Amino acid sequence: MPAKKEQIWISRELAKCSGCRKCEIACSLFHEKRIWPESSSIRVFMLVPGAEFPHLCAQCEDYPCVKVCPFNALSISSKTGAVLVNKEKCTACGKCITACPGRIPHMHPKERHVVICDLCNGSPQCVKVCREGGWNVLKTVSRRNMTYALYARKPEEIARDLAVKFYGEKGEGFV
Amino acid sequence: MIKGYAGKFLEIDLTTQKMRETSFSDEILSDYMGGRGLAAKILWDRLGRRWKEVDPLGSENILLLLAGPLTGYFPGGRICVSGKSPQSNGVIGSTVGGEFGVELRCAGYDGLIITGQSEKPVYLFVKDSETEIRDAGHVWGKDAKQTVTMLTRECRGLLKKRFPLYGEWKEPALVYIGPAGENMVRTAVVAAKWTHAAGYGGYGAVMGSKKLKAVAVKGTGPLPEVANIRKVEKLIGELCEGVYEHELWRRWGTGSGGYEVGARTSSEPVRNWQEEWHDEKSFGVDQFENKVWVKQCWSDFGCPTNCLKISVVKSGKFKGAITDNPDYELQAYLGPNLGVFSPEENVFLAAVIDDLGLCGIQTGNVMGFAAELYQRGILTEKDLDGIKLTWGDTEAFAALARKIAYREGLGNILAKGTYRAALKIGEKKKLSLLQYAVQSKGVGIGAHGIRSRKDYPEIIAYACSVQAGDHTSTASLPIDGGGSELMEIFNDSAVYCNFNSFGIRRNLRFEFYKAVTDLELTQKDWCMKKAMKTLQLQRAMLLLGGPDAQWTPEKHDDNPPRFYEPLPSGPYKGKSVDKKEVQEEIHRYYKAAGWDKKGIPKSETLRRLELVDVDKALKKPTLRVVNRNYDANT
Repeated sequence: MPAKKEQIWISRELAKCSGCRKCEIACSLFHEKRIWPESSSIRVFMLVPGAEFPHLCAQCEDYPCVKVCPFNALSISSKTGAVLVNKEKCTACGKCITACPGRIPHMHPKERHVVICDLCNGSPQCVKVCREGGWNVLKTVSRRNMTYALYARKPEEIARDLAVKFYGEKGEGFV
Repeated sequence: MIKGYAGKFLEIDLTTQKMRETSFSDEILSDYMGGRGLAAKILWDRLGRRWKEVDPLGSENILLLLAGPLTGYFPGGRICVSGKSPQSNGVIGSTVGGEFGVELRCAGYDGLIITGQSEKPVYLFVKDSETEIRDAGHVWGKDAKQTVTMLTRECRGLLKKRFPLYGEWKEPALVYIGPAGENMVRTAVVAAKWTHAAGYGGYGAVMGSKKLKAVAVKGTGPLPEVANIRKVEKLIGELCEGVYEHELWRRWGTGSGGYEVGARTSSEPVRNWQEEWHDEKSFGVDQFENKVWVKQCWSDFGCPTNCLKISVVKSGKFKGAITDNPDYELQAYLGPNLGVFSPEENVFLAAVIDDLGLCGIQTGNVMGFAAELYQRGILTEKDLDGIKLTWGDTEAFAALARKIAYREGLGNILAKGTYRAALKIGEKKKLSLLQYAVQSKGVGIGAHGIRSRKDYPEIIAYACSVQAGDHTSTASLPIDGGGSELMEIFNDSAVYCNFNSFGIRRNLRFEFYKAVTDLELTQKDWCMKKAMKTLQLQRAMLLLGGPDAQWTPEKHDDNPPRFYEPLPSGPYKGKSVDKKEVQEEIHRYYKAAGWDKKGIPKSETLRRLELVDVDKALKKPTLRVVNRNYDANT
């Protein structure tokens, strides 16, 4: 399915992440009206200090999570192309997490449904705060016909890559 | 219940392994807030009556890990560590950056109160309302990076096993000690990440005495509900916008001080403060930036300043050394103070100190002291088991740091910190050595000298502070001024990073406090009615001291002798502080603080602040008894 012209993709340059977690703060304030890092659909992992990175939906072009859901709880927004979670239909079975190549979705910490980035209906708050601070780890760009699934990677894999990038061979032992 | 608080504290007795939840009245929380203020209150209420007898490294001491109502909201997350200090024998509110306070509040607690002493090494794992005391035998003895790696892996593994459908678990926040803390070295830190540290106070040794290797916490709830979240958001925005203008600190952190504080303000410790000036451009922050920083923006929770950096030495003899920054303090104390002027060597020393779980400031201070004794021939190669402790010999200082952390040879004495080491070595050598000890009431002075008055202009900054040598909480007049110790008590009790409070609109933090708690507070009321209580409690416990050290204001409310020696070099050559002027300023400070001419809090002051029991304790005739038999080993 070719992307609609106005649709966005969140581009990411993980090595520049300061670990400030302003993205988590902005995401949870927008969706929950609270500061609630665990409920945020973008989560900063620090499996190795210094090698922090945001873990967020890669917006795969083939939507493996949507396809695998046995309850039709996941759908694709016709406006933004984002994955939308129907909280009533979701049973928190976790199949979408297993289907995701990066194991990116996670359960809401208090309610029985999964959390997946909805792109804040087209203007992602995480990107806004990241750019305001000049870190520019996150950036919105036009969505194109690319293999975005490439960016869906597991936290351990990303952490190991970044740890080696920063710390050299020693980094391999830190994850 | 006051808004902005989780409302619960978890108390863990490591002797009996029992836990219970506890809480404090709105009145106490409104007066003492959290963090440092609440620590002083808890310690006074529980240990005040027997303060002099309480061994900071004994089972009776209480280790406090306290957040505050603004933790997680005010940009720059921190946690306040406290207890009876094995350095000052009073109470120090020592804060460290990171997500620990945020995770704790998301788990439903404003703080942990840890009592007793475990028989074998343990760590605590707090997951929301479930807390376990877990075996730490396998991490005991491990250095900072090994500890973080192993416990991060282990705790995530536990979470994964217990909640298999949750998805990927983020790491829990950790505070921990290294080998130095385990060995109850008084210059040991409570560390976070690698390596931020709560250094002042020596609480790493207190954790070690309790055989508590680490505390891990994962909270999955939201931060406690505030009175007005929209207003909080607005104030965060305003504060961050201001900070984004601070190019200097955002880019270089405090590291720009490595050259500037030496060359320009001439207030940096050089060779144990024999000088405070250097013009070594090799120590310019651009050299750190170009040679060793692999990450230039490193933040703790919500922080717009990102003053932290990550350094890795990529070539040469010290290749492979990893540390954060070093910040100005560690640049200075593990740099010029030891005669070291190369970024790579400075990073290497900082990494050694980090891994051992030592405080860069306090250990840099005591190693500088030892090196001056070596320079003067008072300490010899034989005393140092063959180490030639010459200025600038990085490997010699690294070897000495290891001896301190493991308490080997002379390291066992230096592990007591500069003040105690000066007394002990002096006793052995039959010399008075306190003139070379640049410390105040057991706490090595932060890396900001006062002689030039171009950096820290207050001549009583350290002499009258209730946190002694702590450069982040210094005494000044007017006592309720913007940069006063009473306002530092606000930062440390609301618990956030004071670096995000520089240059902010005068009333912003009180508006922030109101948006979180719904309580009106003015600077005047805070200073004179509330923080003043904390100040008096800290002063009282500092003066009560014991069992191995006690302070007499006439003698110990003073600068280290070195600050009365004229600066021998630099743009302020010849400058020093005048003893008479200091005495006069001290007495003005006493008056402003409501203390008598001898520096003891007056009865009327304490009565007005409803601290009558403090008054009684201070007026007891047994006030100045030192137990000379205490402290044979540590």
